[in-house]
Amino acid sequence: FYLTPPQVNSILKANEYSFKVPEFDGKNVSSVLGFDSNQLPANAPIEDRRSAATCLQTRGMLLGVFDGHAGCACAQAVSERLFYYIAVSLLPHETLLEIENAVESGRALLPILQWHKHPNDYFSKEASKLYFNSLRTYWQELIDLNSGETTDVREALINAFKRLDNDISLEAQVGDPNSFLNYLVLRVAFSGATACVAHVDGVDLHVANTGDSRAMLGVQEEDGSWSAVNLSYDHNAQNEREVERVKMEHPKSEEKSLVKQDRLLGLLMPFRAFGDVKFKWSIELQKRVIESGPDQLNDNEYTKFIPPNYHTPPYLTAEPEVIHHKLRPQDKFLVLATDGLWETMHRQDVARIVGEYLTGVHHEQPIAVGGYKVTLGQMHGLLTERRARISSVFEDQNAATHLIRHAVGNNEFGTVDHERLSKMLSLPEELARMYRDDITIIVVQFNSHVIGAYQNEE
Amino acid sequence: AARMFLRLLSDIQWRAAHPKWRRMTGSQRSTSTTAEPHPVSLPAQAQVVICGGGIMGTSVAYHLSKMGWKDIVLLEQGRLAAGTTRFCAGIVSTARPMSVELKMAHYSNKLYQQLEQESGVQTGYMKTGSISLAQTQDRLISLKRIASSLNVMGIPCEIISPKKVLQLHPLINIHDLVGAMYVPEDALVSSASVSLALATAASRNGVQIHERTTVSHVTIQKGRVTGVETDRGRIQCEYFVNCAGQWAYELGHSGEEPVHIPLHACEHFYLLTHPLKEPLSSSLPTIVDPDGRIYIRNWQGGILSGGFEKNPKPLFTEGRNQLEIQNLQEDWDHFGPLLSALLRRMPGLEALQIMQLVNCPESFTPDMRCIMGESPTARGYFVLAGMNAAGISYGGGAGKYLAEWIVNGYPSENVWPLDLKRFGTLQSSRTFLRHRVMEVMPLMCDLKVPRWDFQTGRQLRTSPLYDRLDAQGARWMEKHGFERVKYFVPPGNDLLDLDHSKTFYKPDWFDIVGAEVKCCKEAVCVIDMSSFTKFEISSTGDQALESLQYLFSNDLDVPVGHVVHTGMLNEKGGYENDCSIARLSKRSFFMISPTDQQVHCWAWLKNHLPDDSNLVMEDVTWKYTALNLIGPRAVDVLSELSYAPMTAEHFPSLFCKEMSVGYANGIRVMSITHTGEPGFVLYIPIEYALHVYNEVMNMGQKYGIRNAGYYALRSLRIEKFFAFWGQDLDAFTTPMECGREFQVKLDKGMQFLGQEALWEQKQNGVYKRFTMFILEDHDTDMDLWPWWGEPIFRNGRYVGKTTSSAYSYTLERHVCLGFVHHFDEKTGEELVVTTDFINQGEYEIDIAGQRFQAKAKLYPFSSLFTQRRRKDEVELSGYQRE
Repeated sequence: FYLTPPQVNSILKANEYSFKVPEFDGKNVSSVLGFDSNQLPANAPIEDRRSAATCLQTRGMLLGVFDGHAGCACAQAVSERLFYYIAVSLLPHETLLEIENAVESGRALLPILQWHKHPNDYFSKEASKLYFNSLRTYWQELIDLNSGETTDVREALINAFKRLDNDISLEAQVGDPNSFLNYLVLRVAFSGATACVAHVDGVDLHVANTGDSRAMLGVQEEDGSWSAVNLSYDHNAQNEREVERVKMEHPKSEEKSLVKQDRLLGLLMPFRAFGDVKFKWSIELQKRVIESGPDQLNDNEYTKFIPPNYHTPPYLTAEPEVIHHKLRPQDKFLVLATDGLWETMHRQDVARIVGEYLTGVHHEQPIAVGGYKVTLGQMHGLLTERRARISSVFEDQNAATHLIRHAVGNNEFGTVDHERLSKMLSLPEELARMYRDDITIIVVQFNSHVIGAYQNEE
Repeated sequence: AARMFLRLLSDIQWRAAHPKWRRMTGSQRSTSTTAEPHPVSLPAQAQVVICGGGIMGTSVAYHLSKMGWKDIVLLEQGRLAAGTTRFCAGIVSTARPMSVELKMAHYSNKLYQQLEQESGVQTGYMKTGSISLAQTQDRLISLKRIASSLNVMGIPCEIISPKKVLQLHPLINIHDLVGAMYVPEDALVSSASVSLALATAASRNGVQIHERTTVSHVTIQKGRVTGVETDRGRIQCEYFVNCAGQWAYELGHSGEEPVHIPLHACEHFYLLTHPLKEPLSSSLPTIVDPDGRIYIRNWQGGILSGGFEKNPKPLFTEGRNQLEIQNLQEDWDHFGPLLSALLRRMPGLEALQIMQLVNCPESFTPDMRCIMGESPTARGYFVLAGMNAAGISYGGGAGKYLAEWIVNGYPSENVWPLDLKRFGTLQSSRTFLRHRVMEVMPLMCDLKVPRWDFQTGRQLRTSPLYDRLDAQGARWMEKHGFERVKYFVPPGNDLLDLDHSKTFYKPDWFDIVGAEVKCCKEAVCVIDMSSFTKFEISSTGDQALESLQYLFSNDLDVPVGHVVHTGMLNEKGGYENDCSIARLSKRSFFMISPTDQQVHCWAWLKNHLPDDSNLVMEDVTWKYTALNLIGPRAVDVLSELSYAPMTAEHFPSLFCKEMSVGYANGIRVMSITHTGEPGFVLYIPIEYALHVYNEVMNMGQKYGIRNAGYYALRSLRIEKFFAFWGQDLDAFTTPMECGREFQVKLDKGMQFLGQEALWEQKQNGVYKRFTMFILEDHDTDMDLWPWWGEPIFRNGRYVGKTTSSAYSYTLERHVCLGFVHHFDEKTGEELVVTTDFINQGEYEIDIAGQRFQAKAKLYPFSSLFTQRRRKDEVELSGYQRE
C-alpha cells in the first residue's frame, strides 16, 4: 500500500504557512522578505511548537521553534509567552509606562506583537489572564528598575528567557484556585521545552538558543554555491563546552553521574530547557507540590519519579546562549529547526537544498559553453535534465515543506524517493516516533537589496 | 568573443577598401594621442541629420543621396552597424504576408544583390533560397496564401512536397511535415557588411558620417525640427531621421516635445556552431520551421539557428541606454525548447560542436509591423525603426520609401500600415509595450488566421456601455486601443472560445452573426460605434467653411443640418481620410472619421488649416458615445422615444438634428447608418449614454431590438459595396477609381486639394477600378474563406488583389471587394480601365492557390434591398468602415 503523490502532498502541506512582508509603495523596505514554516508530527499530538511575530512597538521580527518533551504543555506555553517577554524587555521606559497606565485606567492597550500564525497554532484562552498578570508583574519590575539605558538585545533576550522560566516555576508553586488552571500550570512546569529564537532588526540578527534546536544561516558564495553558517550551539552531550559547564556547576563528587549515556543525569537529552522542574526544584519542593496537586499528577509515574543522583539542584537552566550576526548581502536565508531535521540532514545539504529552491532556475549556475567542446546533443541532454530537476523543485510552494520532503524522503543518493516518502508518512502513530522525530522548520528569507543598502550607509 | 563574431559575421574588408569616408571618421585615430579623438568637427548645419548607423540609418542615407540630396549627416553613437544590425542573422526573406512588406523585402534583395559591385564592399550576398516548413494543414494554407502573393508579384515560389524538401536539404527530418514553400531567390548576407556597404556608397555620394557621436535631443520650434544637440555640439537641420533602433523610443522622448515611437526590445537568441565534419555548403537553403519556432541557415560550414520562443524576455523597459549592445548573457535554459526543435528538425546535428549562443536584442512594435514616417506633432521629424526582427529583409525597401517620403512628401507605395501616425500617445506606455511585445514576439511564428486579435494591452479605451454589453455576451476586438464588439454570444451558448474561431474555414460565429444581420434587415439593431474619431471645427467667421472647402472634395456649403460624405484628398486625389461631416451651424462642423484616423487626420488638418486663432479645432472623440440604430424599425423606436416624427418626410436621409431621446436632451441624431440600411446614428454626450441605451433597449423590445456587433456591420457594408478607408481606400486611391465621382464637386466654385488630379482622371479615365466580386462555385461550409489580399484573375491573367471580403447572408454567397487593373499583355504597362473592360471578363479569385469563379459588378444589387429610403443611391455609396 502506497500513498499517491497527492496524498503525500496533502500530508506534507497540512501545516505549511507562508508570510510575505507587505510592500510599501511597491518596495519592501524590511531586511526580511518573508518566511515559510511547516511542521510534520511524529508524536501524537505533536510536541513541537513554532511562533512568528512582528514587534509593533520596537522594530524587528521574532521567529522561534520550540521542541517539547514529556508532553507539549511547556512548549505550548513558551510559544505563546516568550515573545511577549522579549518584546517587553526591549521596550523603552516610556512605552512601558504608557502600557501600565493604560492597564491601570482600563484603556485599550497598545498592541505589542503582530502574530503570524497558522490556523493550527492556538493560544490557550483559559490561561491568558494568568499569563497576562505574570507579564504585567514583569514589566512593573522593569519600570521600577528603570536603568535609563537603551535596551541591549542580547540582554533582553537572556532576561526574557530566564524570567519566563522563573514565572513558569513560580506559577506551579503557587498554584491556582481554578482546578483546570492549576493542573495546567503544573503540566507546564513538569514538562519541558527547548527554544531557538531569532530576532531580526535591519542587519542585526540575534539568535537566542536554549537546548538542541538549531539556527543556521544560508550563504551564497560568489561562485553561486551554498554554504551553511551555524548561529547556535547545541546544548547537549555532544557539546564539550556544555558538558564542561554542567560539571563546573556541581561538586566533583557528582562528575560521573551528571552525564550518562549522553543524557543529563542519564535522563534528559537537552542540557538546557524551559520547565522540567524535576531537574530544577529541590526534592522537598517537588514532593510538596505533587502531594498538594491534583490526583492526575499523583497518578503520573513520571512526575513522581525523582531523578537518580539528584543532590545539588538545579541541574538545568533556561538561560540561552545568544549569537549576534551582522547580515551581509550574501546571507540569503535563515533556517530555524528542531532536532528532528538535524538528525536526518547535514546542515550543508540543508543550505544547498533551500538555496536552490529559493533561487530557482534563474540563479542556478547558468550554463556557459566558454571554451569547452560541447555538442548540441550533449547540451540538449544537459538542459533536459535541468528542466526535470526544476519541475520537481516547483512542486512545493513552501521552502520548509520542500526541506521536510527531502528530510523524510531522501534516499542514499540525496534525491527524494517517493516510495520511501510514502512509507515514512504512512507509519502507524505508535511506530512513527521510532523512525523519526517531530520536525518543525522556519525558513526566513532575507532581502539582499535592503541589506546591501544598509551596508552602504554604514 | 563578441568582437570576434563581428569579424566572423561580416568579413570586414571595408576599412582598407574604402578610405574615403574613413578619413572623416576614424583614420586619424591611430595617429592621435588622445583617447577619443574626433578628427572632423561636426558641421554647424545640414539639411538632414540621421541618427543611427545601423541598416536603417545607412539605408536612408544611401537612398537620400541617390535621390540627389547631398547635405546629409549621419550620426552614430558607437560604431557603424554595431547595434542589432551587427548581430542580425542576415536572412533576406521575401515570404511576408503583407503586400507592402513583401515589396520592401523584394526590393532589398535586389538592392543587396548588386550592392557589392556598386560599393566595392563585400556583403557576403549568397542566393540560397529559403524553405518554410509546414507541420500542419493550417500552416500549409497560410504558406499557400503567401505563395499566391509572391507568384503574382513575379517572385518565383512554389509549394513543394516533403520529399522535395529532402532533395533540397539533406539534413532535414521530414517525417512530421505536410508540405513546404520554397522561395529560390531568398538570400543570405552579412548584415553588418551590407550596412557598411550602404554607408560607403552614401559617403561617396557626399553623406558625412560621424561615429561616436551621441544625439542628446532634437530641438523643435513651432512644430518644426530646427536642429539636434549632440555631445559634440549642435547641428541645425530641416529634417531629422530617428533610426536609433531599440533606442528610438528614448530618443523620441528626450526632447521637450516628445515624439512617441512605440517599440520595446526583447532578447533574441541564436546559436552558432563549428563546421560539420563535412562542412555545409554555403548555397544550402535557409530553413524556416515556424511550427518549431526556429530558423536555420548555413554559416561558415556549420549552422546558425535561432527562433522566437513562447516566453520572450523583454528588456530595457526602464530605458537603460548604453552605447553599444554589451555582450548580453547567454541563457541556455531559455534556449532549451528551441534547441529541442532544432535537433528534432535536424537530428544529424547532435554531434555538432557549439561555438556560441548569441543574445541579440531586437525591437518589436505593438502590431508586429515596422514604424516609419513623419511625427504627427513635429514636422521634419522622421522615424524608421521597430523592425520586429526583419530589419535586414526590410532595410533596403524601408530606407527607399522613407527617402522618397522626405524628398517628395510621400512614398511611392501605400505605407499606411507602417505609418507612425497609426499610433498615438496611447500606445506609448512602457507597461503596455512590455506586455504587448511579449505577445508579439511569439506571434512571429504563430499561425495568423483571419480575424485574430491581440490579447494583451486590452480594455484601455472603452465605451461607457462596455460593462452592459459585456454582460450581454459581447465578444471584443480592439482598434486603436478601443474595445469594439465583434458579435454577441446568445445566452447558454459558450462554445465560442478563442481556439474554435481560429480557422481559415467557416468560423463558429457564422450563425450568430447571421442572426444579427437578419435583425438589422427585418427589425432593428443597436451597434455601439463610439470608437470613431470625432472633431469639431468652428470659426468666428467663414474661415471654417473656406478652409474645409479646400480640404474636402465634396461641397460642404450645404444648408445647416445636412450631412456630407466626403473624401479628404491629397494632391494626387488619393484618400487621406474618408469622413462624414455634419454642418451644425453656419460656422461649425462636426466631422466623423475612422477610429485609427485620430492621429493622422488631426496632423493633416493641423498642417493644412491656416494658422488663425479664430479657427478652432477640437477632438471631441471622448465626449460622445455613438449608437447606431440599424433597421426598418429604427424609425419607430426613435420617434416613440422623442415624440418627434422621424419619417423620411420629416427626417430625410443624410440629416443631422439635435433632439431629445428619453429624458436626455441635446442628442445629435444623424440619419446615416454606415451600412446602407435605414436607420440613425445617435451621438450622445457620455453622461447620458447609459440612459439613452436603456431607453432604446426598453422601447425597442416590442420592435424586436437586439445588440449587434461589427461583424454584422461588415457583412452588411460589403454586400452593399461600401468601401472602407484603411482597408479598401488609401492615399493611392481616388474617388474616381471607386465609383464615388458623385462625392466630388469639381465645379463647387473653389479650388480644393486633389482637384487637378481628379480632373485629369475624369477626362482620361482611371487605371484601376474598385470592383465587387461574388464568388460563384464557392462552398461556404467546405471551402477556404477569402480574407483579403487574394489575387484576382481576369481571363486567366492577374489583374489585382482583393481588399476585403465577407459572407453576404442576403446573397448567400461570399462577396470580395478589390481593385482591377489593366496590364498590357506584352509590356505589362498599366492601361486605362473601362467599364467594358470590367464587364467583359471572366474572373477568378485565388484563395491559397485554389481559384474560384467570381462575378464582377461595378454597382451593388439594388433588387436585393426592398425597404429603401429615398435618396438611397447617395447613402448607398456613402462612406463605410469597420
